Amino acid sequence: MSRPELPGPEIRCPDLARPVLLDVQDITRLYGPGKGCEAIDFRLHAGEVLGIVGESGSGKSTLLRVLAGLEAPDAGRVVYRRPGDADETDLYAIGEARRRALLRLEWGLVHQNPRDGLRMGVSAGANVGERLMALGQRHYGQLRAAGQEWMAQVELEPARIDDVPRTFSGGMQQRLQIARTLVTRPRLVFMDEPTGGLDVSVQARLLDMLRTLVRQLGLSVVLVTHDLAVARLLAHRLLVMRRGRVVEAGLTDQILDDPQHAYTQLLVSSVLTP
Amino acid sequence: MNGYNFAYLDEQTKRMIRRALLKAVAIPGYQVPFGGREMPMPYGWGTGGMQLTASILGADDVLKVIDQGADDTTNAVSIRAFFERVAGVETTTVTTAASVIQTRHRIPETPLEPGQILVFQVPIPEPLRFIEPSEQETRLMHALEEYGVMHVKLYEDIARHGHIATTYAYPVKVAGRYVMDPSPIPKFDNPKLDMSPALLLFGAGREKRLYAIPPYTRVESLDFEDHPFEVQRWDERCALCASADSFLDEVITDDAGGRLFVCSDTDYCESRREESA
Amino acid sequence: MTPFLTVEGLGKDFVLHGQGGLALTVMRDLAFGLYRGECLVLAGPSGIGKSTLLKILHGNYLAGSGHIRLQFDDGPLALTGLPAHAWHALRRDVIGYVSQFLRVVPRVSARDVVMEPLLARGADACEARMRAETLLARLNLPERLWSLPPGTFSGGEQQRVNIARGFIGEHPLLLLDEPTASLDAVNRAVVVELIHEAKARGAAMLGIFHDADVRERVADRLLSLEAFMAPSLSSSEPASTSRGLPHA
Repeated sequence: MSRPELPGPEIRCPDLARPVLLDVQDITRLYGPGKGCEAIDFRLHAGEVLGIVGESGSGKSTLLRVLAGLEAPDAGRVVYRRPGDADETDLYAIGEARRRALLRLEWGLVHQNPRDGLRMGVSAGANVGERLMALGQRHYGQLRAAGQEWMAQVELEPARIDDVPRTFSGGMQQRLQIARTLVTRPRLVFMDEPTGGLDVSVQARLLDMLRTLVRQLGLSVVLVTHDLAVARLLAHRLLVMRRGRVVEAGLTDQILDDPQHAYTQLLVSSVLTP
Repeated sequence: MNGYNFAYLDEQTKRMIRRALLKAVAIPGYQVPFGGREMPMPYGWGTGGMQLTASILGADDVLKVIDQGADDTTNAVSIRAFFERVAGVETTTVTTAASVIQTRHRIPETPLEPGQILVFQVPIPEPLRFIEPSEQETRLMHALEEYGVMHVKLYEDIARHGHIATTYAYPVKVAGRYVMDPSPIPKFDNPKLDMSPALLLFGAGREKRLYAIPPYTRVESLDFEDHPFEVQRWDERCALCASADSFLDEVITDDAGGRLFVCSDTDYCESRREESA
Repeated sequence: MTPFLTVEGLGKDFVLHGQGGLALTVMRDLAFGLYRGECLVLAGPSGIGKSTLLKILHGNYLAGSGHIRLQFDDGPLALTGLPAHAWHALRRDVIGYVSQFLRVVPRVSARDVVMEPLLARGADACEARMRAETLLARLNLPERLWSLPPGTFSGGEQQRVNIARGFIGEHPLLLLDEPTASLDAVNRAVVVELIHEAKARGAAMLGIFHDADVRERVADRLLSLEAFMAPSLSSSEPASTSRGLPHA
């Protein structure tokens, strides 16, 4: 009893291909047998949030260090492609000067512990302004305005711009670290357990803020987390790592709702549901 | 010569230091490591400067030594006496008469001339040390010109004090490339580094680093567009020579709060007083 | 005429590695077509695999075997075997899903939850806000709730937020997983209206409706899944809702 199709507006297939921002080719970095990461191969597309999940010791933090330019792999390539630029950048084939400039200006890294990403001895404003100063910004008034704007963006009181980070709570420090990282509008941001050390209520606020920033700034993110709830809220796609290897990859809800690999099933079913 | 080699150091050591100095002159503002020797005085009393002075002194040089601008402090007198004894060179307190001037914390007010060499005693040669404890990392930062953090420090000054409150060891950029610590001279003296006709040498004894600014080199003090670099100014004049444009020290004269301001450069002050007398 | 959605030979197994590799076949050889402007309602007893089918079509579950194809005006697209990242644009622009349960994001207001599908397409925030408020008003969600996070809302209120979020994007293919389950008659009628409007603009809809009255009013056809149920299985459709493994 099929019926004639009603006339409707033309429906065209949306452009499903997105530019590849980061092309990770067969990366291996081992400290010893089974320690580190092995044969990692994936692509991160523009505007995507990719979660890397796994238990501690699964090699996800090692992988993040390699991806973020902090540690050369034993084998494989990390290739960065700027949108609209035909040239590609092989992260570990370029010189250290170019790599560090890339990390400082076009990429960003958010550490689990804000102490690793902040200068604890200088004011919030100086923390936010540092990357701008590294870019050559030499106007104090503008640096200060940018500092206040970004503090507001990450829901910190702009009036506290001259306070040092150690007077801030853990969640505030983490938001300050994010402001400090995003102030130069990086294309690609790496996050290592960004909500790791925080209370649950503080986590929620941070997650919500990150979601908004990702959409507003069009960020591409590689997010390492052991927390599947965080992965579900933030990541579009997931890689599941175990013993240094990726055992499963796919859409976040597919991985969490219909896991295929035995390890992923175990991981997903081990989560306590309130 | 009392059993010492000329100017105390052995010739091998002087050659090594001269080679390092040549490298330093070739790369203005770059810190060159050198094999520092023990000098007959503790670190912090100018051993770095003394090794440089010893390496460049010739028998016909005329040496002046100042400490905080003064020729008559214990340290200046001792170092001057030391070189009189171990090198037999002529010494002077007159800036214009000296071919080599070793200094701690000041640049003479009297403009230096071509052919003169100023040797600075340096306690901490690394301008990035305040923010980065690792030597390996600071060397890399210099190599890659990662100097954003220098402005972080100045930013903090303005945020806390409303203006750049750094008054000594105010960082400079040399020949548009290396950021350098000019040693703890007052920032009042920073403009004298720029396009100086004299050769400027810097020696750090404890850290065994030396660096140089060759004559007529651009030296810029770091600043912000809206907070430009400024030197100290005084409302007072020198109580002795009435100079209105030299660096003044505040001297407490009695227990009742009496005080006056005098030139920190004793030679400059005396020569002005002689002129007007 | 070619259906907008064509499903051929679709099968689905759940392999439970924690249960010694036990394989549960929940669907075999399912085939049907869904045309634009029609609402096809899935029929059959609970546990027959209705939700599973919707989740496969939305990419939540992987298809085990068979083919799923969308017929766009500029050509066909096979959904089976698509790389994961291709689903981002597909879900944003083509395939909408209204589930029974709202996945609450802490601190995000009801209005923002509803606006999000439009913002994800880069829509103007004012326009998105207006349309979100219009929908929330139509669904009789009290205005004082709009700026509150739906975490503390009642089941029915949460569901209406979710319905607004599902319909605001006007996706060409809508998957409706019991959108009226806990609504009162007034709001059920609003949902029926929304479905009729979607039909009128040419959307293809596949739905699960337990409420016979609603089913009656929106269904153009019924599709019984009984014939495609694996014979070994009686009533063990995975009750997987928010997370976790299918329960065997």
